[in-house]
Parts: sequence; C-alpha cells; structure tokens
Amino acid sequence: MWLSNSSIGRKVVMSVTGIALVLFLTFHMSMNLVALISAEGYNVICEFLGANWYALVATTALAALVVIHIVYAFWLTMMNRKARGTERYAVEAKPKSVEWASQNMLVLGIVVAAGLGLHLANFWYKMMFAEIIGNPTLGGLEATDGYGYIVQTFSCPIFVVLYLIWLAALWFHLTHGFWSALQTLGWSNKIWFERWKLIGNIYTTLVVLGFAAVVVVFYLKSLCCGASCV
Amino acid sequence: MDKNISFTLKVWRQNGPKEKGHFETFQMKDIPGDTSFLEMLDILNEQLISERKEPVVFDHDCREGICGMCSLYINGYPHGPATGATTCQLYMRRFNDGDTITVEPWRSAGFPVIKDLMVDRTAYDKIMQAGGYISVRTGSAEDANNILIPKPNADEAMDAASCIGCGACVAACKNGSAMLFVSAKVSQLALLPQGKVEAARRAKAMLSKMDELGFGNCTNTRACEAECPKCISISNIARLNREFIKAKLKD
Ligand code: HEM
Ligand code: SF4
Ligand code: FES
Repeated sequence: MWLSNSSIGRKVVMSVTGIALVLFLTFHMSMNLVALISAEGYNVICEFLGANWYALVATTALAALVVIHIVYAFWLTMMNRKARGTERYAVEAKPKSVEWASQNMLVLGIVVAAGLGLHLANFWYKMMFAEIIGNPTLGGLEATDGYGYIVQTFSCPIFVVLYLIWLAALWFHLTHGFWSALQTLGWSNKIWFERWKLIGNIYTTLVVLGFAAVVVVFYLKSLCCGASCV
Repeated sequence: MDKNISFTLKVWRQNGPKEKGHFETFQMKDIPGDTSFLEMLDILNEQLISERKEPVVFDHDCREGICGMCSLYINGYPHGPATGATTCQLYMRRFNDGDTITVEPWRSAGFPVIKDLMVDRTAYDKIMQAGGYISVRTGSAEDANNILIPKPNADEAMDAASCIGCGACVAACKNGSAMLFVSAKVSQLALLPQGKVEAARRAKAMLSKMDELGFGNCTNTRACEAECPKCISISNIARLNREFIKAKLKD
C-alpha cells in the first residue's frame, strides 16, 4: 500500500489527517465563540453534541485521525533519524529560510498532545464521557453545562497558563503544518508557496486567537465576578 | 589584490567507512585570498606530503561548479558559507585572519564516508538508473523546432536540469532525504513533452529507489534549497509529489 510503503505516501497520510484536524479545529473554535455571546446558546450546542450517535461517530473518527497522525509522526521521525545516520556535524549553521517550527514538529506535536490530554480531562470526561456512562453529574455540574465548565476551568490561573502554552505550541505547529500539508499534496509552486504561507499564517493566527479569546475572557470575568477555582 | 590570511583548519580524518573518525588540526599560514578552497587543501596536502604524512582525501573533479564532486561541509554549511556556489567556487577571501575553519564530510546514512572527506554517492547514480532518462531511438537528430515548448516550461526545465547531483541537499537535511535531487531530476523531464510519456513510471521508480536506499521522508524544512549550490527550488518537490500521487491514484 503506497500510503505506508512510500515516503510520499506516508507524508500524504500526515498531510490529510493534519488538514482534517485543522478543519475540526476551525469548527471547534467557531463553536467556542458562541460561549462569549450566550451561555444558553453554547449549552444548546453542547446538548446537541452530547452522547448522540452522530456525535459519537464523529468523535470516534476524530480520535482515529489523531491516533493515525501521532503514530505516523513517530514512525516518520524514527525513519528520518535512521536516514540521518549516527554521525553528527561538529559545526552546524541554520540557514535563515529554515523555520524553527519545521525542525521541531514532533516536539510541538507532543506538547499539543499533552494539551489535548488535559483538555479531554477538563471537558470531554465530564461531558460526553459522563453521559456515555450514564452519570451526568460526574464532573460536579450537568454534563451538558459546557458553559459552566468553561467558567469553572478558566477561573483557575494554572489552567489559563497551560491552555495558552498549548495554543502557542499549536500556533507554531500549524504555521509550518499548513503550507507543508499543501506542499506534500503537490498543490504548490513558486507563487502558491508564498500564498499558502501567508494564508496559513493568517488562518492559524485567527484560529488560535479565537480559542485564546475564550480562555482570556473567562479568566478576566472570573477576576471581576468572583467565580471560584475548584 | 586580496590580502593573505592565516587560520586554523580542523579537518575530519577517517580511515574507512567502518572506522572511527576524528578531527585533525592544522595551522595554515599566509594563504592568499584568491586561493580557492580546494587549492588551499592542495597546499595543505603538498605540505603533508613533504612531511611524509598522509594527505587529506577529498573529492573533486571539474573545479568549476559543474561536476558536483566537491562535497565538503564547511563551518556548518554544505559547500561552505557562500550561496549558489560549490566548494570549488569558494575563495579564501570569504574567511578572516585567525578564523577556525571546520571541514567535515557529508554526514548521512545514504552517503557513507569512504575516506576522510570523501563520501560514497553512488546512491544517486542508482536513483538515476531507476528512471532518470527518456527512452528514445537515437539516430540523426530531428529538427529542433519540431516540438514546440512554451518558454516558461523550457526555463523551469532548465532550472531543474542545473542540478549537478552533488548531494548537498541530503547533507543539509535533518531527515537525510534526497527529495530535492530526485524532484529536480523528475522535473527536468516531466516539464518537457519528450519526458511526459514516461513521467508516471519515472516518478514512481525514482522515488521507490530513493526510499529503498534508505533516504528519509521529506518534512519540508527547506534546508536543502537554502544550501543547494544551484538554487534548486522546493517547488520541484511539490511537482514530484504531484506526479507521484497522480500516478498512484491512476493505478
Ligand atoms: C490538533 C492537533 C494537530 C493538528 C491540527 C496537526 C496538523 C498538522 C499538519 C497540517 C501537518 C503537516 C502535514 C504535512 O507536512 O504534510 C502536521 C505535521 C506533523 N505533525 Fe501534526 N497536528 C496535530 C497534532 C500533532 C500531534 C499530537 C503530533 C505528535 C505527537 C504531531 C506531530 C506532527 C509531525 C511530527 C508532523 C510532521 C512534520 C511534517 O511532516 O511537516 N501533530 N501536523
Ligand atoms: S538539488 Fe542542489 S544540492 Fe541537491 S544534488 Fe542537485 S545541485 Fe546538489
Ligand atoms: S569540483 Fe566539480 S563542482 Fe566542484
């Protein structure tokens, strides 16, 4: 199968799963913005995306994407280290055009994965998982009270800081990942390279700022309205 | 006239592919600035020979930037600090009096060291043999205007064809990937009508040869294009990806 036994095929898998995850992030970020406008509106969405068959199917597909992306990431990195060989250069200079992110995708990915784990524990476990096992108040609030969990989580400075670090890593991962994914699919040339890079930077920045806005706004709200950090 | 410089030279010495290598340090005195880097190594070797020591082995042939033999990694850069130039086109005026200049061989699993600074680049020949050609009946040359080629395509093909197969792209790549080389060789033919006929087969054959020989997976870090002495662009890699994916989807 060329998607596993050729280098370009393996990169296509990275690229397609990466792009699918970017699309998911875009949806998730837009959804989160609703929480800035209306608590009821947000919880309607949370209810809609609870333990229904379609939400469960989508979550399973999403989990598969993440797993494939991570498995391929480690596999590619291992192969590439082997191809590099055991000898290292004594003096190494980095050309200006080489982005820092492009050389540290695995590390950035690991930070993203760690943030994902934290995020699942903070929200998914108390919401969708709580519904699946039939214990809707597992996390202290109702399983569909996404708004309540946002208020609760981001009143804790530690979570605010951790989420912002997570988002920063994601920003670096995607500023390289975005154009790299399209380059991998062959949709690039001298002109499109510049375009994708610009579009990728803007797009990534908007997505990350959207997520960060919710974190920061709810933290500030907690400061003035005194929601307590559990 | 350039002025003369004196500097410390740290050179990688290694007796064979399996031997352990080490750096050897030499003091170079009063080297004129208009000496090329390889001439400077010639001067060093003359000294070593006159002292009855073993000269430093390094690869070279044309000494004018076209054969791609002079594979030296100098002060952290393949082909040294100059851009768009090979080691043989590098002059000592680029360095300063009192500098330490470190010279290493390409370090990549695909290019094992033969001796000292010379590496085995036959992997590139094998990739070429896998598909870097067109099958034509030779005979009398046909009229050059028989096949019309749009100027932009001809230009792109010529740019890709300027790859000299030196291996700096692999040497620079943290993934030990040969994609810039393979993509240049695939592109120079895929862009022209004569090469289109076998384009799909070529892309598949050359890429699978590259994979088979143990080169890495390209993650688009762009170190290759920054270090390529012929300034080959990674837009060629996009073209190779395109050709390869198209060919696989058709199968
Ligand atoms: C929300 C999560 C993530 C998104 C949206 C994402 C997105 C992307 C994209 C678009 C690419 C570029 C694909 C290409 O170059 O063809 C990529 C590459 C990569 N990702 Fe992720 N990724 C995510 C999570 C992770 C995680 C958790 C890891 C590892 C533990 C990881 C490791 C990597 C690695 C090593 C690459 C390869 C770099 C390259 O080939 O250019 N990613 N990612
Ligand atoms: S692409 Fe550039 S660096 Fe790579 S072999 Fe060809 S000329 Fe050398
Ligand atoms: S010796 Fe031929 S390119 Fe340098």
